[in-house]
Amino acid sequence: MSTQASRYAARAMLSPSVILLLIWMIVPLVLTLWFSFQRYNLLYPDRTGFVGLFNYTSFVASPAFLGGVLHTLILVLGVLFITVIGGILLALLIDQPIWGQGPVRILVIAPFFVMPPVAALVWKNMFMNPTNGLFGELAKALGLQPFDFLGDAPLASIIVIVAWQWLPFATLILLTALQSLSSEELEAAEMDGAPAVKRFWFIMLPHLARAITVVVLIQTIFLLGVLVEILVTTNGGPGTASTTLTFLVYSKSILSSDVGAAAAGGVVAVVLANIVAIFLMRAIGKNLDA
Amino acid sequence: MARAVTTQRKALTTAAAWTAALLIFFPILWTILTSFKSEADAVASPPLWLGFDWTLENYQTVLERANYFRFFLNSVILSVGSTALGVLVAVPAAWSMAFVPGAKTKDLLMWMLSTKMMPSVAVLVPIYLIFIRLGLLDTRIGLVLVLMLINLPIIVWMLYTYFKEIPGEILEAARMDGATLRSEILYVLLPMAVPGIASTILLNIILAWNEAFWTITLTTTHAAPLTKFISSFSSPQGLFYAKLSAASTMAIAPILIMGWFSQKQLVRGLTFGAVK
Repeated sequence: MSTQASRYAARAMLSPSVILLLIWMIVPLVLTLWFSFQRYNLLYPDRTGFVGLFNYTSFVASPAFLGGVLHTLILVLGVLFITVIGGILLALLIDQPIWGQGPVRILVIAPFFVMPPVAALVWKNMFMNPTNGLFGELAKALGLQPFDFLGDAPLASIIVIVAWQWLPFATLILLTALQSLSSEELEAAEMDGAPAVKRFWFIMLPHLARAITVVVLIQTIFLLGVLVEILVTTNGGPGTASTTLTFLVYSKSILSSDVGAAAAGGVVAVVLANIVAIFLMRAIGKNLDA
Repeated sequence: MARAVTTQRKALTTAAAWTAALLIFFPILWTILTSFKSEADAVASPPLWLGFDWTLENYQTVLERANYFRFFLNSVILSVGSTALGVLVAVPAAWSMAFVPGAKTKDLLMWMLSTKMMPSVAVLVPIYLIFIRLGLLDTRIGLVLVLMLINLPIIVWMLYTYFKEIPGEILEAARMDGATLRSEILYVLLPMAVPGIASTILLNIILAWNEAFWTITLTTTHAAPLTKFISSFSSPQGLFYAKLSAASTMAIAPILIMGWFSQKQLVRGLTFGAVK
């Protein structure tokens, strides 16, 4: 298969994808780096010039920065935790012999089709709103005080919304993996008297390892960039209670038009994302070979 | 599982699974129901379930207020266009990775995926400025390009995993018979990979349809898709539950229906080809 000619052809056919992605990655990144060392605010276009590391020091020193990193971590880990655990439980449930497995699967997939702004608006207004939302009504019916979800627990509320969007994905992947598990192995374990918990822990979970890795990889890629959900629901607040790193950079560039500071923040975000990426790719690379 | 299961146990698990599924689906169901209520019924306390006067007035109002069909058309053009272009670019790359793998193939694949980890906000301003300079801001072609680029790594990865399942000997045989590379890919590889390609296309149309960062920041009116349409309803003065619900339903219905009709390919695609 690997004649000289086919090697050349292979390289030629790879190049469009590689070149496009290289351009897409490098050109904006170089510009961002360049801006990050400049004084560049769209509100004051005449004040320009090289400012060294000023943008970086002021971005990192700003009180919202550490909180932003922390909130990003909580958001990503929180959603991963809910979707992986919830996904495993749901997959185990749907994998049982039940009536109407098809319709159940259709209902469970549905949130994946909902675009982020719709999900955020619906949850914010029709469920989490303390005066008119359904949760408020539920609390009233139970004789409790309605809880202002997005005001008093903004980050947790956003985690719930984002987890709702990603639960179908996790469930489906885990279900697919579960269905490829040979039933003989499980039956043999059952014959030997292994209780359900042990069967799950020693047979199913190892079998699911690869699927879980895929869920974590793909979701992390998307979760690091979560922005619209925050923008629509809390705008990063109250205060900076739900400001993630992504939102912080966004607010610097769009809300305060400070391109220099936003660029510095962007570079910091890229560096942090790369650390996560390297870490994940190592783990995944190993797991995907298997 | 090939075990005999008592009817009682099956009924119990069925009930549990349906309860969970309905809870997950409930926000969508509630949105659809509310879209048929009057504004007063939409905020009635206690909430009205089915016993309200069904009305289409919200849909009418939304259609009058915003040019829904232009947003809809833009969503179709952007998602289908970017996916078609992406597949066109990715097929040769995936072919080469699957059938002529080198020592660096796996690294290359991982690098492509890692470009997706680059935070979009970090490059928003440069892309914005480049778009202004090139006259691409708020144009369909500009958005098609961006959406193609952000989904390209996923398309390459998925096609690669599907292609790898096809035995290389078949392609080799075609080549022995004198097939050119072009006809080898067009007439031998692609027909065998149709299910995988269909899954790839479906998933990426959905990802592009729901992409809400670039489509919102890089458009104003001309190229604005449904993500932008629904964002215009987030302003407080436009905040009426029934109308919001009608607009939401109109934004998600096309993809929801498409997804349900193609469930089998989609489930395959949703696993990104990585789990079997």
